[in-house]
Order: sequence, then C-alpha cells, then structure tokens
Amino acid sequence: MEMTLTTHQRVRPRRASGWWRLWASAQVRWGVILLAAMTALVVVGPFVAPYDPAAPVGKPYDVPSAVAWLGTDNLGRDVLSRVLSGGVYLAWMAPVSALLSVVIGAAVALVTAYYRGWTDLVLMRSLDVLLAFPGILLTLLCVSVFGPQPILLVGLVVLTLMPGVARVIRGAAIPLLDREYVLWAKAVGTPGPVIILRELLPNVSSPLLVELGLRLSWSVGILSSMSFIGYGIQPPAADWGLMVSENGTGLGTQPFAVLAPILMIILYTIGGGLIAEGAARVMARTEGKA
Amino acid sequence: MMTVLRASGLTVERSDGAPIVEDVSLSLDKGEVMGIVGESGSGKSTLALALLAYARRGVRIAGGSVRVAGTDMLELDAADLRKARREVVAYVAQDPGAALNPMLTLGTLLTEGLAGGRAEKVTRAREILRKVGLPDDEAFLQRRPRQLSGGQQQRIAIAMAVIAKPKLIILDEPTTGLDVSTRAKVLDLIRQLCISDDLTAIYVSHDLAVIANVADHVTVMYGGQVVEQGRMQEVLATPRHPYTRALLDAVPSLQVRQDLRPIRGRVPAVGEAPDGCIFSDRCDYAVDACSTQPALRLVGGTQVRCVRPELAQTFEMRPQAVSRSERQGASRPAVLQADGINAFYGHRQILFDVGLKVEPGRCLAVVGESGSGKSTLSRCLIGLHGNVTGEFRLDGKPLPLTVGERDQHARQRLQYIFQNPNASLNPRRTIGQSLAAALVNRPEASGYGTIIAEALERVGISPDLATRYPAELSGGQRQRVAIARALVANPGVLLCDEVTSSLDVSVQASVIELLRSLLADGLGMLFVTHDLAVVRNIADTVAVLSAGRVVEQGGADKVLSAPSHPYTQSLLANTLQLPTEAVPAIAPRQYVGGSW
Amino acid sequence: MTVDSQNDNVTIGVFARLQPLLARLLQGLLTLLAVSLLIFLAARALPGDVANMILGQSATQEQLDSLRVQLGLDQPLWWQYLIWLGGILRGDWGTSLSNGQPVADLLALGVRNSATLSGVALAVMLPLSLLVGVIAAQFRDGFVDKIFLGMSMVANAVPDFVTGTVLVALFATTVLHVLPAVSFIPPGDSPFSYPDALVLPATTVIIPGVMYLARLVRVAVIDVMATEYIQTAELKGLSPSRVLFRHALPNAVAPIIPAASLVAAFTVGGVVVVEYLFAYPGVGSALVDAVTNRDLPVIQANVLVIASAYFIFNLIADSLAQRDEAAGQRQSKA
Repeated sequence: MEMTLTTHQRVRPRRASGWWRLWASAQVRWGVILLAAMTALVVVGPFVAPYDPAAPVGKPYDVPSAVAWLGTDNLGRDVLSRVLSGGVYLAWMAPVSALLSVVIGAAVALVTAYYRGWTDLVLMRSLDVLLAFPGILLTLLCVSVFGPQPILLVGLVVLTLMPGVARVIRGAAIPLLDREYVLWAKAVGTPGPVIILRELLPNVSSPLLVELGLRLSWSVGILSSMSFIGYGIQPPAADWGLMVSENGTGLGTQPFAVLAPILMIILYTIGGGLIAEGAARVMARTEGKA
Repeated sequence: MMTVLRASGLTVERSDGAPIVEDVSLSLDKGEVMGIVGESGSGKSTLALALLAYARRGVRIAGGSVRVAGTDMLELDAADLRKARREVVAYVAQDPGAALNPMLTLGTLLTEGLAGGRAEKVTRAREILRKVGLPDDEAFLQRRPRQLSGGQQQRIAIAMAVIAKPKLIILDEPTTGLDVSTRAKVLDLIRQLCISDDLTAIYVSHDLAVIANVADHVTVMYGGQVVEQGRMQEVLATPRHPYTRALLDAVPSLQVRQDLRPIRGRVPAVGEAPDGCIFSDRCDYAVDACSTQPALRLVGGTQVRCVRPELAQTFEMRPQAVSRSERQGASRPAVLQADGINAFYGHRQILFDVGLKVEPGRCLAVVGESGSGKSTLSRCLIGLHGNVTGEFRLDGKPLPLTVGERDQHARQRLQYIFQNPNASLNPRRTIGQSLAAALVNRPEASGYGTIIAEALERVGISPDLATRYPAELSGGQRQRVAIARALVANPGVLLCDEVTSSLDVSVQASVIELLRSLLADGLGMLFVTHDLAVVRNIADTVAVLSAGRVVEQGGADKVLSAPSHPYTQSLLANTLQLPTEAVPAIAPRQYVGGSW
Repeated sequence: MTVDSQNDNVTIGVFARLQPLLARLLQGLLTLLAVSLLIFLAARALPGDVANMILGQSATQEQLDSLRVQLGLDQPLWWQYLIWLGGILRGDWGTSLSNGQPVADLLALGVRNSATLSGVALAVMLPLSLLVGVIAAQFRDGFVDKIFLGMSMVANAVPDFVTGTVLVALFATTVLHVLPAVSFIPPGDSPFSYPDALVLPATTVIIPGVMYLARLVRVAVIDVMATEYIQTAELKGLSPSRVLFRHALPNAVAPIIPAASLVAAFTVGGVVVVEYLFAYPGVGSALVDAVTNRDLPVIQANVLVIASAYFIFNLIADSLAQRDEAAGQRQSKA
C-alpha cells in the first residue's frame, strides 16, 4: 500500500476553476474594464460637463469650436455636455435589465429542468409564447399604452430577454442531469434545491456569463432603439439613442452630434460583447478537453 | 519474401517540438500482420496515421521515412499522396459510427475513390460486400451508415479500405467498441481477408489479447517510443522489457484468479517524459544506468530498449493463481436481495423477473453485452429507474423501489461507483468538497477532515489532494476518489457499474486489487461488467444477463469453467485470451487456423 | 459468415413523424391567438377615445354615441374581439382612423415593401454567410479569421440603428454621397424600381445577420472538419474539394438551418427600427406612425402581420431543430 500511496501523487498541472477560469480570459477582463470605465464616465459625466445639457449655447448644428468642443446639436445645445450626461438612464437600466433577465431566466431554467413534470411544461410553453412575440413590438405597444416610464421599460426588456436566457441555460443544464455526479447526489438522497445550487449551477457558470454579456449588449440595444424611435427616454432629457434621431438630419453638416453618442453606444455594447465572447471561448476550450 | 513496409526513424512532434512518436522503425513482409500495442498516450494512433503521411492538427511529421511497396509516402506531392492513399495504404478507424459520413450512402462511401464507370464500380462494391459478409443488393447500397448495427458499420469500413486492393492496410483499434461476439466475428473477417487476399496489415490496439490473436509480430509502444519489438510468440514467451512484462502481468486471465500487478504511476504526458529511460520512473528494476536513454538493441531475436534486458530472465514468472480471500461455503444472510424485478421503458419491458442476492464480503458479478439490460438493472438498484416492479430487501428489511421513498440509512448502506470516472465527480468542486457532500448524509459523523483523509488513504490517494479539482487527476485517480466517496458513507454494499472498462489495463489492475481488498474488509459488492476475465478475478458468484433475463446464475468458478447456458458458452468462447503459461505451444497463427 | 443482428428502427411511421409537427402547428395557432388577444387589448387600452378622435373636439354627445354604436364600441369587450377577429379572417381589416383608407390596402403596400426588403436581405445574407463562414474556418486562427471574429463580435453587439446610422454617414451624408439617406418609394411603386433606396436598409439588416450566421457556419465547419469521417475521407485519398463540398458541407449546413430561420425571424422583427431609420415605407414605419397617431386598426393589423411572420419563421426554426435532435437521438441509439 505504501508504494501505491507514494506513486499516485503525481498530478497534472494546476488548473484554475470556476469564475477564475473566466477571469483568466483576456476578453472577459477587457470587457469588464470597458464596462467599468463607461459606467464611471456616465456617473461622473454630468458633473464635469461644461454646460447645462438642456440649454442652448450657440446656433444649431455648429461645427466643433473652442466653445463647444464637439459642436452643437439641432437646438444649439452643447454636444459634449449632452453626451456626458446622456448615459445616465442606460447606465442603470441596461445592467438591471440584463441581470434580472439572467437571474430569473436561470432560476426558471434550472428549476424546470430539474423537476420536469407539468410545471415545466406550462412554464416553458408560456416562455415559447413570449419568444414568439418580437420584443420591440411588445415594448412599442406597452409604451404607447402606459407611457415611457423607466421601470416599465426595464420590465419589458426583462420580459423580452428572459425567455431566451431560460432556453439556453435549460439546454446547458439538461445534459448535466445524466452526469454521474448528479445521479450520485440523487441516489444518496440530496434534496433538489441543494442539487440545483451545488451540482448544476456551478457547471453552467460559463453559459451564464455568456448570456449576461450578450443580454447586456441587447439591453443597451433595445433601450437605445426605443429612445431612437421616440418611445424611450423623452426630450428634452439627454440620451444617446434620442440624440441620434434628433440630430439625424444634420448628419451631413455636423456629424459629431450623431457620431459621438453612437460611439458611446458602441463602446457600451462591445463591453458586453467582449464578456460574452471571452466566456464562450473559455467554454469551448474546457468542453473540448472535458 | 517481399518487404511491403519499411519505416525508419519516424518522428512525430507537437507544434511546440515535444515528441509524440520518437524514432520508430518498422518493417513488414508481404502477408504479415504487425500488432502495435500500447496504453492510452503511448502514441500508437499517431504512429498509425503517420504511416499514411497524415498528422492531426497541431502535430507534424518531423523526420524519418515510410516506404510502402516502393512508394516513399513522406516524399509525395499532394496529388500523388492522395493516389497513394487510394491505392497503396488504406486505413480503418476505431469507431465506425464516427468514421462513416452519415449523409452519404454506402454505395457512395464504397466506390467514391475508385476509377472507372458506374457499372464497374457497382460490381466492385457488390463483390466486396459479399466478401465482408453483407447483403449486396441495390437497396443495401442505398442505405446510410446510421441504418446499420455497429458490427455492420465496421464491416463497411473494412470493405472501404480493401476495395481498391491496397498493399498495406492499417487498422486502428477496429474492434474496441464492439460487443464480445461481434468483435469475434469482425476479427474472424480480418484474419480471413489476410489469408484470402494476402493482405499485409498493421493492427493497433491497447488489448494484448486481441493482438496476440491476430498478429505475427508485435511492437510495444510506451511514451512515444518502441520499447520492444519482435515475433509475437517470442515476446509473449520471454518479454525482455520490464514494461512488456508489467503489461502482461496486469492483464487479467479468464482461466484463473490471479494476483494482478498494477504498474505504479501513470503514462507520461507528451513533453513530460523523464530524462533517460522513459519507463524508469515506473520501473521496479530501475538502476542508476537508467538515467541515460537506452537505444533499441537486438537481444535474442527481439529488439529491446533497456539497459539490461538479460534481467528479464530473472523476473518472477507470471503471477500464480490466488485463492479467494474468504471462502466460506455456507451462504451468509444477504445484505441486498432482489426478487422478481421487472423494469420498463414506456411500454417496452427491459428486465424480466430478475432476482439476485449480494452477500457481505462477497462479490456478485452481473455479466451482459450491450442491450442486455444490465445498466437498467443498476439504475433500478440505485432507485433512479421509476418504472419498475418487484421486491428489494436490504439487510433483510424491505427496501422501497425508488430513492425518494428510501430512508437515510438505506441510502447510506447502498453506494454507487459509475463507469465514467470523468463524470462521476463534479468538475467544479474539489475532491474534499465532493467527499464532504457524502458525509452530510452521515449525521453521526464528526471530524469531517479525518474521515475524508482516512477514506482517501484507504484508496491510495494522498489526503493532500483533497484541495484539488477532478481535472487535475488522472482517470484512475478519479475512479479511486469515487470509491473513497462511497466509503465515506460507511456502506454495506457497493454497486460498481463497469468501473474498470474505461481504464487502461495497468490502472484497471490497481482498481481491481483495491476492490478485492474492500471485499476482504467485509463489504458486499455487485459488479456489473461485460468482461469475463475481470469477473474471474473479482467475483464469487455470477449472474449472466441476456435480453433482460438472468439465463445463468451460480458460483464464479462453475459458471466460467462449466457454463450450462448456450449464451454463456458463446460469451466464453468469444472472449479472447492471452495464450497462457505454455506460450510457445499455442502459436497465434495455429489458433487462427483452427477457427475456420 | 452471418450478418450481425440488425436492429433497424429507422422506418418510423409517417404519422409518428407528422404528429409532433401537427402538435407544434396547433400550439403555434394558439400562440397566434394569444398574440391577437394581446394586440386587441393593448390597442383598446391606448389612451384617448376613438370616437372623439374621429369626430374631433366639436362633436356633440349624440354624434359620439351614434358613432360608438356604429363602430361597435358599446358592445362587451369579448364580443368586440370576436367581431374584430372574424373581420380579420374575412379580410376586413377596418379603415384607418387617420386617413379613412381601408387598412387592408395600406397593409398590402407596406407588406410588399417590407417583404421585398427582408427578402432581398435574406437572399444576400444566406449564401454570403456560408461563404464567409467557410473562408473563416479554412483560415482558422489566422489573420483573416481573427479580423472576422472581431468584426462579428462588434456587429452582433451593436444595435441595428447604430449600424444603419454609421452606414448613412459613410455612404450618404458625410464621407461619400453615393446613396440616398432616406428611402423614398412612392406608394404603389415596386421597391425594385428604386434599387438605390433598397441598398442601405438591406445592408443594415444583412451585416449583423451575416456576422451572426457566418460565425455559426465557421464553428460548424470547424467541428465537422475535426470529425473522424472527414479524417477518413482524407485518408481515402479524396480531393480537398470533394472532402469539403461532398463530405463536410452537407453535415455542417444541417445545424445552421434552424439558426437561419431564427435570423429570418429577427430580420422581420427588426424591420421596425430599420424602416424608421430610413423612412422606408413598410409595415415597420407604418406601425411607428400609427402608434404616434393612435390609429388603432392600423396598429393592430401591422403588429399582427409582423408577429405572424416572426412566428412562422420561429416555427420553422423550431421544427428543424427538433428534427435534428430526433436524428441525433437516433444516431446515439444506433
């Protein structure tokens, strides 16, 4: 026995596990850094803005000058100040929507996948109905009825994104149910909630992060699109999506009034995209090796 | 005799320069079969592919030459190489289910490489189908691979390889995934083709018994190097390399219960080989001289890579039969008993009136081929198969059929070890956490740390590894941890489901030894397997399962030595064995000749 | 020598194969019914009285009451729904409140324009994704592949109106002036008579679609190229083109098809924003206008059309995915 004891000690090189594995991905790190930087900018922005974002500082569509570094918009307001102040809504609405979608979606997915039965059937079928309805239409309809309140918008985005999350996570969880470690846990009588939290949840961490990144991008997309078509944040408030549509006609003469908010939206969505991409690659790598 | 294959100095490297196959030379005359044997990670498959001038992604053939029937495979341009692969060397992969394109018909698969008109091609296809024992009608040619059984698929793969009458055929574990009886038939086919078509073949396998039954020559691979090479009988009779010797000692025998000797340690990963002799860190006979790498040299007719091959003559002989540790004839009260078990999937009945009995300190083996219902049976015993009727008794008391109805004590007394060590532990929890989860079900247990450490030590794993994740362990280590997790619950019965079938033979030996020692401690054990040699080496009683029914049940010696049911007899007849002690007396070719 | 025992459960009855499809279809119709109810209720909940809106502020109470009776607004809600649904099934979609034209006529114009836009976009998108995906897979991990992966990450993250606005800035207003920023198509004319008006809206839809699908194609091709049957095909000495086109692509395309239908559904759902951006006269921009004007029948009709199209593509995607799953199960059993 002593011989075996000493000879079975050679182990493979240490491999980081869980969330650290994901953090080790450069893309995930850059995504998080980008999002943190954007959030900081949005929070600090209103305080460092040179002018009141709602007050005109010059004539409409004035090109960049020493007075207005990025020029003025359709009403002669300072573009830089509006860009710095225009992310406030997105900065809290998008992450909250994305987080709620992923948390609720994952909870629904794991619980229904584990317990099966008729609740599973009813829940997944009602999610199918939600999925069968284009999110933008639902949002448009509801906003036209109840008005563009931020809480309502968040609720609608969650309602739009959550079914997709549930489907993906459910798809990732179902094969796990036949894994021997889950069978073992069932066989020794581990309670369902414990199996869900201890055996299933840690093993869907990568798809969860992919979904979080993806849904963050999409939340930003839906919310800014709503502003863009005039059913999100209402004028005269400063908002990136709104700025794009307000200043669209001046694109030829004063492109900065459109391109500056667009750049902000792009940076914000890329942050989520990078996280999703990095997590997906980590997933592909580890699955390849099992 | 004409030399068909002459490979020399063949070296295959990973893109970072780490060798996977190092300086391998092979030579084979027309009509001969060379077996290449090695455990997982020995580089045998990479070598087989290199003979076709093929390297997987991230791998390249770094040096050497391969001449097949006058063609230098490594010097050809792309077009000539394709021609050579069509007409000179052919390849048969391990898993025909994966190697046959599911979207194409058998007719296309067989004839797409051939030259000539359609009628001519179809004639050839029919001819070859008859030869491999398959139907040759048009309807069959229109089928797709998924519509065939595993054995038929492998016949198609072989037909595909030989249809263009290649000079050399390379078979990479062609029978590994098949059931015993199917395997025997496919092996028969290969032998028959070798004779009738005068085929020259390379047969790659991890299974020495299979190689011993088809090959004239054998090459033993370890860590990418050839450690021994010679005529089959010669190597079997007098293995000169300690690794060959150890490999032979680790193979369980169908005839006698042996003292199996595991090889300690593990096969080195690519790029992690020790300096000097590649086997030195696992070798029981290593000396200082082993720190320099020995060259292959000719000793008494075989090539050996060892500094002192003469030592082989002083090795102990193959381990002798051991008597059972505990052999009271009188049966003891059963720990676990099942009566009249019927199980269903939907309306289909899988198990028919199955009854069995597990006694403390003894092992009941449940033997069956795929589809016999043996996995359903183990799921029923675990209580995870809902659609079941019958009666279970644990320690004489009735045991509910499903796990939800069983009490904590019953769940503790029955513990399970699964086939696949890669999935039996949660990859996101440390070894210690996985074991602690088992302890939660033992409320009286205190001092988790001590119990976990004891269990790990009992299975030969250092308690220091409790902080590691499963991915950091080898397959054998993971299987030991799974056993430790079962032991932590302080069980009365272990249900082992094919626990050794995915392990290398050297690791399998160590797990069997461990399970035997647990039996000696008084645990009852139910061991589900398809491997009769493993049964011989661990079981006290045997139940043979066929199509959901127990067709034969009794003492292991009696069932394996004098089977009464035809199904058991055919299983036994089809199980391949290493020739026993008197090796030279049973030359493989003679055995082959006798079989048809 | 005997043939191995053959377990051949491939011949599944036609009925057994159709049954899940029928169930799916039934379920889909129920979904559509639920959607129509939702649309009806949402439209009714719009603030503002319809009769008031039609007759203006000067109307008397009697005039209002009689119009309400005429429009059926005095009936119970469920009855109004049934009447509305019956009308829709008969092709009577009501009249627009803002310009008095039959909704069916307005809808026909919008549907033609939107269908043309989506159709053109899909016709370019599908083959292009296949091409780009295969190229990226062939140059796996190389420079071309990395550029593609980066671009596709950005294109998938960014909302459509951002892509569209950047295109407008590049090709219409700011950098180059080669294409119109606004897609003016007179009512009743075919969009094909104004090809330059189609280019930018279609491209806005195509870019994210191609970037998404090509990525899936890339992964599928890489996966298939790593299978043993491709290795076997290479070891049989087949030419690279035969290996790619005959052995690899048919297997790689199968998992893409459901995703392609899903993208088609997204394209239909996404027309709202893209049409609004380019003022393209389709169902999407009609919908946004109608919501602004609180033009109830037009809102209902447009939402129902978009939802149905979305639903049909989703249904196709689902049943294709299920078929693949079934095939996979058959395979694993064999």
